[in-house]
Amino acid sequence: MSSTVALSHAKLPRWAPALVGVVSLAAAGLPAMLLGWGLFAWLVASVLLFLAALPGWSLVVEGRRSAVDRLMTGLVWSAFGVAVLPLVWLIYVVVDQGAQAINGEFLTYSMRGVIGDEQGGVYHALIGTVFITLAATVVSVPIGILTAVYLVEYGGRSKLARWITFLVDVMTGIPSIVAGLFALALVVLIFGPAFRMGFGGSIALSLLMIPTVVRSAEEMFRLVPMDLREASYALGVPKWRTILKVVVPTAIGGVITGIVLAISRVIGETAPLLVVAGATDGVNFNLFDGRMTTLPVFIYSQYAQSTPAGYQRAWGGALVLIAIVMLLNLIARLLGKLLAPKKA
Amino acid sequence: MTATLNPPEAERSEKPASRRGDRIFAGLARGAGLTILLALAAVFIFLFVEGWNGLNAEEATYRPATDFLGYIGPLILSTILAAIIALIVAVPFAIGIALFISHYAPRRLATPVAYVIDLLAAVPSVVFGLWGGRYLADLLQPVHVWLHDRLGFLPFFGPDPASPNGRSLFTAGIVLAIMILPIITAISREVFAQTPRLHEEAALALGATRWEMIRYAVFPYARSGMVSGVMLGLGRALGETMAVAMVLAVTPVATLNVIGTASPATIASNIALNYKEATPSRQSLLIATGLVLFAVTFAINFFARWIVGRNERKQAKA
Amino acid sequence: MAKSIDVSDLNIYYGDFLAVEGVSMTIKARSVTAFIGPSGCGKSTMLRSLNRMHEVIPGARVEGKVMVDGQSLYGPDVDPVAVRRSIGMVFQRPNPFPTMSIYDNVLAGSRLNSRKLSKADADDIVERSLTHANLWNEVKDRLGKPGQGLSGGQQQRLCIARAIAVEPEVLLMDEPCSALDPISTSAIEDLIHELKSDYTIVIVTHNMQQAARVSDETGFFNLKAAGQPGHLVEFNATKKMFTNPDEPATEAYISGRFG
Repeated sequence: MSSTVALSHAKLPRWAPALVGVVSLAAAGLPAMLLGWGLFAWLVASVLLFLAALPGWSLVVEGRRSAVDRLMTGLVWSAFGVAVLPLVWLIYVVVDQGAQAINGEFLTYSMRGVIGDEQGGVYHALIGTVFITLAATVVSVPIGILTAVYLVEYGGRSKLARWITFLVDVMTGIPSIVAGLFALALVVLIFGPAFRMGFGGSIALSLLMIPTVVRSAEEMFRLVPMDLREASYALGVPKWRTILKVVVPTAIGGVITGIVLAISRVIGETAPLLVVAGATDGVNFNLFDGRMTTLPVFIYSQYAQSTPAGYQRAWGGALVLIAIVMLLNLIARLLGKLLAPKKA
Repeated sequence: MTATLNPPEAERSEKPASRRGDRIFAGLARGAGLTILLALAAVFIFLFVEGWNGLNAEEATYRPATDFLGYIGPLILSTILAAIIALIVAVPFAIGIALFISHYAPRRLATPVAYVIDLLAAVPSVVFGLWGGRYLADLLQPVHVWLHDRLGFLPFFGPDPASPNGRSLFTAGIVLAIMILPIITAISREVFAQTPRLHEEAALALGATRWEMIRYAVFPYARSGMVSGVMLGLGRALGETMAVAMVLAVTPVATLNVIGTASPATIASNIALNYKEATPSRQSLLIATGLVLFAVTFAINFFARWIVGRNERKQAKA
Repeated sequence: MAKSIDVSDLNIYYGDFLAVEGVSMTIKARSVTAFIGPSGCGKSTMLRSLNRMHEVIPGARVEGKVMVDGQSLYGPDVDPVAVRRSIGMVFQRPNPFPTMSIYDNVLAGSRLNSRKLSKADADDIVERSLTHANLWNEVKDRLGKPGQGLSGGQQQRLCIARAIAVEPEVLLMDEPCSALDPISTSAIEDLIHELKSDYTIVIVTHNMQQAARVSDETGFFNLKAAGQPGHLVEFNATKKMFTNPDEPATEAYISGRFG
């Protein structure tokens, strides 16, 4: 044991990471310029250089433990950077490519009779998306909310309630294609193997939507304070009216937010609709007969054509779809803020 | 299962509901819950009924193979390979980001970062597929060549030449990795943030650096949560359809090579790619493969949720 | 190895909030110093600033000086990690690492500092630390069992063993008995008496009898009103403090508690 206290040992100056960062960028820039690397390769090389140089310097000056700590800090920060990269790139590409495809005609024409490089549009797919998603919402919202009511107000610790909670969680992980196959199997069993209808897609989407609705509604109902319910019981109001008049209105903001988020999740679903609702070039207003194209399926079928015009339309569709999804997310957040019960 | 921890109304509901309105309403609510269980059972039953014929159809149905196992075998191989690639890439990043949000980022940065990761989850899979097929594949093509040149002696990167357009299982796996990143991050971040302050301080007070504190206090505590997060990610990677269907160039020949010119489709993408020209017997076959996929992902999700639930129950006791 | 601590004009902030104001004191080596005072008076914050543990909360900073053996704790090139290694800490609630055995818990600190620890050295450290913490006889047959299987008092002594295993200069204790029953409490107090010959000990306690029993010197902290910073009212030998304090405020607090 040393007799003097060793509180301070050699430490890198506070600006060391910044310095190493700049030097790394510069050092990687030299071969990048000489060998004509792209921006991407230059950045990757700089990060790698940084991750080697700073811990290396630290190892010499500060010792092994600090070097490991600096290495892990560097890795954690770059993990974050790398994860943001694809998102930014993807959104940039969608906006850049999509903007070239979108105009008034694109939004108001269907693909009926469109040949070769003629422009065509997504009108039929927009109609399909709205119809199928609305129908799915109509199916899943009552079931979802009533289930949440059961879990919070009636189920308690009963075995049934516990199983429902658990299986609802498990259901969130069902692959969407399986939901599509289920709807297909159902439709085929009832109407014969060649039959397709938009509502089949709604069934598949409901299966994917219900768990999200249940979970968010359940969470919101649980936040309603017990006092409110008791105040209502004390006035002689029966339980079911208490739930309808007190619990649900108090929680309604959060519940609606959850529903909108659930819609934004399923509106981008492709696989189940591809399987059960099929694809068509024309407008179809009847949910219960004939194929119906949705926006994601439109994107996929245009992509699958592998022609420049097809790609162009796919990007246009993707921009519209992303815009809808982001808009729904935004609406959900706003509604959540606006309808939140005022705090005392 | 948070639901079981905090039942505000359990006792009251045990009493018989005397009023008719109450009875009807309670019945409706219960019925809705039962509907969900029924729907889940129906998924199994319908897939089973419709897929049964697909298990023992005529040999011609299974072209180019001759029986069900021969047909689904290459698909399973691809599904697993793609999922493994996705996990290898996604898990370290997801845990890194989760740590960033819970322990490294300044608080002002942590919330927006968490939000950005959630945005990643909101991007529809078909858009990921479009981007992966048109852009990411091009970017990753040189990586294919590099892997083939350096590591071509491994069965995963050779001996066939590397894909000239990057539309390989490798690229598909990378896209899957990006898609499962949010769920793994979300679950890990939650358990990291729940690490008891006491254990973290115990490590710090012994003179641990931040990383040593994470190794001593955070990881041991969060281990099972991380495992279930990874399993939920695995479930998604196995079941993801469009991104793979749009990125991967498909041949039905089984191969371990993930950077070659073509691989078999995954189970899910195979269904999406073939549903259109399917004859009724072929349709049954596709549904049968879907049944296999459902059974596997259901088991994985079941187990993952069970681990999460067990943890929560344990904490509720402690 | 025990060291004295000189604190002068110490202000402790959390962000813009001044938590503790203008503390000056000298903590003697090889003695027990107790901090007492009402809840929220900043005595725990003060204690944590002595090994820079308060920095765990973002935005925490100090003004003023803390000198240990002539070296400033807050000097520009001082590493908080090194500070905590030489100034150990025991917390309110026992916190052995839940996934580690008793043996590994004791060694946790030593393993951080030296990569290779021979089995003989490790055994030696474990036995010495546990003996020092009066725990060896109770656990020597189950060193491989998890630390959380022990009783609360045993767990707390395990945490003390873990803290002294790295041979710190100073041992800080933040209400170490507040979660324990009276028998375990008395075991810990006996231990504090024994440890005093080797270590400088600073203890925060709610319990004034405990301060009177274990400490040589006592600091009384108070705050003028809620939201105001805490400050040191009086720092004196414990005997004088409890019989004939200089400050009327101290007298009021102590006599108030004693009825």
